[in-house]
Amino acid sequence: MAVTLDKPTRVHGRLPRSVGFDRLLLFLALLVLWQVLSWIAGPEVITSPPATARKLAAIISAPDFVGHAYETGRAFAAALVISLLGGLVIGLALGFRRLAGEVAEPLLVALYSIPKITLYPVILLLFGLGVSAKIAFGAIHGIIPVALFAMNAVRNIRGGHLRAARAMRLTHLQIAIHVLVPATLPEIVAGFRLGFALTLLGTLIGEMFASQRGIGYMLVQAMETNDTATIMALALLLVTIATTASWALLRLDHGLHGNEQH
Amino acid sequence: MSRAGFIRFLVVAVAIVVLEIACRAGLIDPITIIPPSGMAAGAWKLIVSGRYTEDILLTLGSVALAAMLAIVGGFGLGYCLFRLPRLRRALDPLLASYYAVPTFIFYPLFIVLFGLNRLPLVAIGFMFAVIAMAINTLTGFERVPPVLRRTARALRLSAPTALVQITMPACAPYLFTGVKLVIAYSFIGVIAGEFVLSGAGIGHQIAFAYNNFDNPTMYGLMLLLISFVSGLNMLLFVWERRFYRRRGLT
Repeated sequence: MAVTLDKPTRVHGRLPRSVGFDRLLLFLALLVLWQVLSWIAGPEVITSPPATARKLAAIISAPDFVGHAYETGRAFAAALVISLLGGLVIGLALGFRRLAGEVAEPLLVALYSIPKITLYPVILLLFGLGVSAKIAFGAIHGIIPVALFAMNAVRNIRGGHLRAARAMRLTHLQIAIHVLVPATLPEIVAGFRLGFALTLLGTLIGEMFASQRGIGYMLVQAMETNDTATIMALALLLVTIATTASWALLRLDHGLHGNEQH
Repeated sequence: MSRAGFIRFLVVAVAIVVLEIACRAGLIDPITIIPPSGMAAGAWKLIVSGRYTEDILLTLGSVALAAMLAIVGGFGLGYCLFRLPRLRRALDPLLASYYAVPTFIFYPLFIVLFGLNRLPLVAIGFMFAVIAMAINTLTGFERVPPVLRRTARALRLSAPTALVQITMPACAPYLFTGVKLVIAYSFIGVIAGEFVLSGAGIGHQIAFAYNNFDNPTMYGLMLLLISFVSGLNMLLFVWERRFYRRRGLT
């Protein structure tokens, strides 16, 4: 083995260039791959990168885009708040109360692993056709992974921290804010990164089936008319948003710890 | 049964009974949710009538193919990323945001590429599941204790032997998690695809029943599907436990 990996941290020190340069290389490689695939399959099957960028610019500058984006953004923001805060509270509580955690964990894992898309008629029947169904669909996708990450992180906190907190007679809220959250921040951020992506997915799926507005609706329209350029352009937009958010959370995580630059 | 297991059983049982009573008492509109006994009856009727057997087998076949491809492909991808830490670090934000894009929006594209058959659905299930397997494989490999790697080197094991006899057992929990996610995600991918644009399969039949207000069929199919996925996960869980016990890991 040329490179032996004793510790992941050591690898970082050994890498010659900054990760920013690597990301640029990767970005260029993906663009080239995309272009080659487009040449092989034909531009009507896979739109080429320049054509997709032009299409995206056209979609964004179209007058009705602001309305669609606002609709999706509103539902997504509400769903995100529910997923992240709700998941965090559930996860911290279940991690702190050992028995409750043991009772709930297999149930949460089972809920996480069922194909939630089959539940979409139930959500529609419960919440009706409207923004609340979209929010609910987004939230049920995001809340469980956030809760599972937070719960497992709290369980792995060293007992000394919690004993100290109890010795100081902190209230539950104080324990959560001053002990649990700081001690589990990396896992919470990891949960948030996944939760962000899955909530966006859930909101979009909700829009695809049960809406007349929003980016999900635009996607369904494009699918039904086999408008590949629009599909690719919107997919590019979503990947950009989600990747930026994921990268920002990663930065936040590293910034809070004050270690290596990313 | 452990105390937690007993409480869990009680919680689920009470929830089902409460739902049953609420439905029977008319607190919940039967157009919205039918009582659990009605769902079970619906599911039983589906199996006995055999009307949906073809759709169920079709979906299960597609899911099985997608899941197998995703397990093999995801494991290979995870291993490659592990051996290429530079690529892995650069790819990190993309891996986390991969799941924000509903893969099934590419269904029209896959139909053009693969033709109007089950392959586009398999491709959606595969695309949806493969990254989960890759991420878990990667995390597992990274968490293998250095002492085990050193042992492998001290014993002068060849790379494939070390992989099969040391690395893979050491990261088994992550691999099991990956496989469980692959099963869930390939179901999601295939069924979501069937929901949107297919003329057959469980997803199509659920959407069809929903559009026709045929609640016993819709809830029956959902119940069958969810029980099947949960049962499969449970089997994996039992196998995983047995695997750890045999290795003295619990």
